[in-house]
Amino acid sequence: MNLINRLKGKRRSVDDLIFDSINIVIMLLLVVVMLYPMLNTLAISLNTSTDTVRGGLRLLPREFTWYNYQHVFNEAQILRAGLTSVLRTVTGTILGVFASAMVAYTISRQHFFLKKFVTITFVMTMYMNAGLIPTYLLHRELGLIGSFWVYIFPTLIGVFNVIVIRSFIEGLPETLFESARMDGAGEFTQFFRIALPLALPVIATVSLFVAVGQWNQWFDVFIYNSSIPELSTLQYELMKVLSNSNAAFNSGAGAESAFAASQSGVIETVTPQSIRAAMTVVVSVPIIMVYPFLQKYFVKGLTIGGVKG
Amino acid sequence: MGVPVRPLTVTEEIKKAKMPRRQKGPRKGLNYFFTKCREQKELLLMSIPFLLWLFVFKYLPLGGWVMAFQNFRPARGFFESDWVGFDQFKFLFQDQRFLEVMRNTLAMSIINLILGFVTAITLAVLLNELRQIGFKRIVQTISYMPHFLSWVVVAGLVSSALAMEDGIINVLLLNLGIIDQPIMFLGVGQYFWGIIGASDVWKSVGWNSIIYLAAITMIDQEQYEAAEIDGASRLQRIFYITLPGIRSVVVILMIMNIGYILESGFEAQYLLMNPLNMDYAENLDIFVLRYGISMANFSLATAAGMFKTVVSFIFLFAANKIAQKLGEARLF
Repeated sequence: MNLINRLKGKRRSVDDLIFDSINIVIMLLLVVVMLYPMLNTLAISLNTSTDTVRGGLRLLPREFTWYNYQHVFNEAQILRAGLTSVLRTVTGTILGVFASAMVAYTISRQHFFLKKFVTITFVMTMYMNAGLIPTYLLHRELGLIGSFWVYIFPTLIGVFNVIVIRSFIEGLPETLFESARMDGAGEFTQFFRIALPLALPVIATVSLFVAVGQWNQWFDVFIYNSSIPELSTLQYELMKVLSNSNAAFNSGAGAESAFAASQSGVIETVTPQSIRAAMTVVVSVPIIMVYPFLQKYFVKGLTIGGVKG
Repeated sequence: MGVPVRPLTVTEEIKKAKMPRRQKGPRKGLNYFFTKCREQKELLLMSIPFLLWLFVFKYLPLGGWVMAFQNFRPARGFFESDWVGFDQFKFLFQDQRFLEVMRNTLAMSIINLILGFVTAITLAVLLNELRQIGFKRIVQTISYMPHFLSWVVVAGLVSSALAMEDGIINVLLLNLGIIDQPIMFLGVGQYFWGIIGASDVWKSVGWNSIIYLAAITMIDQEQYEAAEIDGASRLQRIFYITLPGIRSVVVILMIMNIGYILESGFEAQYLLMNPLNMDYAENLDIFVLRYGISMANFSLATAAGMFKTVVSFIFLFAANKIAQKLGEARLF
């Protein structure tokens, strides 16, 4: 009997070992699949264009150069777009998070007599979408088209974010608010002095969500402001490079022009492929640097809010 | 801190909002209303600006749906345009292109839905089985990364990976001897749905696994210990404890996603579309964009958009009803 159990135990541990090994191999494959495209792009961005078109570049640059980045940063339009991207991200995040937090605070107050009404009117909009054309006409009526504020106002408050913050504030001990009220603090004081500082972890999460959404947005530029260079953003510039170079890629024109340029004695040249790689790195690096530090918070925030982001 | 791990659903939101009010006495009537307004004017000040915002940006555009029943001319406005009843809808359903667009939309959203669920749940289960905590954390962090990239970036990465010359997919397939001619993936319509599905998984599998992983950690650990004593293998524990343990989360997310059945995504399709694969790539959103903005046929585009929202609502309610009948968790 004892022996059988020992044998069973042994077999189980062998099974376990096999399971664990297969699992680790799958996870390593996943890591490779997730990282390779970005690492390859990084290598292309740091390699000379003329060498890249020879093909076969994988994880490391063969002929190292900063030229692609210099080229990108020397273009006035890209610098201007970068500035707009930063501006819309900062403005949109500050205003959006502040507005969401304020709404969240009001509907976290049990005694607020409009709590139910406000909550329902907000939550309903998660499942309603008037559609592209009515929205477009509204923005035109409001004079938002051709303006920077079309990036900020229409998406000011995310209902999902409101719910996440609301759940967090409701979880704060009520006694804090009560004693503040005893000391004569009004709702604004309670919001600014108690709710906001204590909700900082969830504010950080929501800020990340909003900032990423703003930074990555290109469609509103395309629809509303595509003819105004001053209001273009990095993502939209990248999108234009992408659609131009896609056409060139398919016909092999990119390779030919680079080859021609290298033959005609120009020392360094850039292909759309290299510019695209450098721009991809430029627009992605800020976020990739930030999100791991907020991981602990957004995992929690996502779990509180429940709904899939 | 009383953090509920199961997703808060819309019903719960509404139920929470309905929690009994403490005040006794007369609750109806204008008097009560004005008294409350005076008492809570600070809370009113904090919420009314945003209610106005909500009304203008979210509710007001719904009025634009009247365009779907008109032959809308921007110069004439809503009041002067001719009323045409359901003509726009009739035209849509007789339009060969619209039917193709519906096929593409449904196909891509069903593929994305199924692939998305299966891969995210699988990843969550496998992550949960990892014993090396440090390694697990690294894998998680890396798997979240693509979620933070824009679709513009992802579309660029996808089209480089699939390129005819030197694209990694073609290189691998050639070296493994699976094909002997590079394939022009983005030039063949039939591949498009699969490409979208795979890109979507790449971008969001890690992110979507977060909620399942959270649900798995809520499962009672004693169940696993008992199963281990009874001699259940790892796979048996996964199939008989882990998966049933997260069933209600899966059902709720499934219902919510069925509400988005005509939401097959827009950016991925738009950015990866080209004249060669367009017949398989064009979905409802692109159709609306093409008719609405490029061809300035506002009425037809609005009708198509309105159709989408209405169908989504019907699906949402139907899925909810079915889940209720089956005795599963439901949304509302």
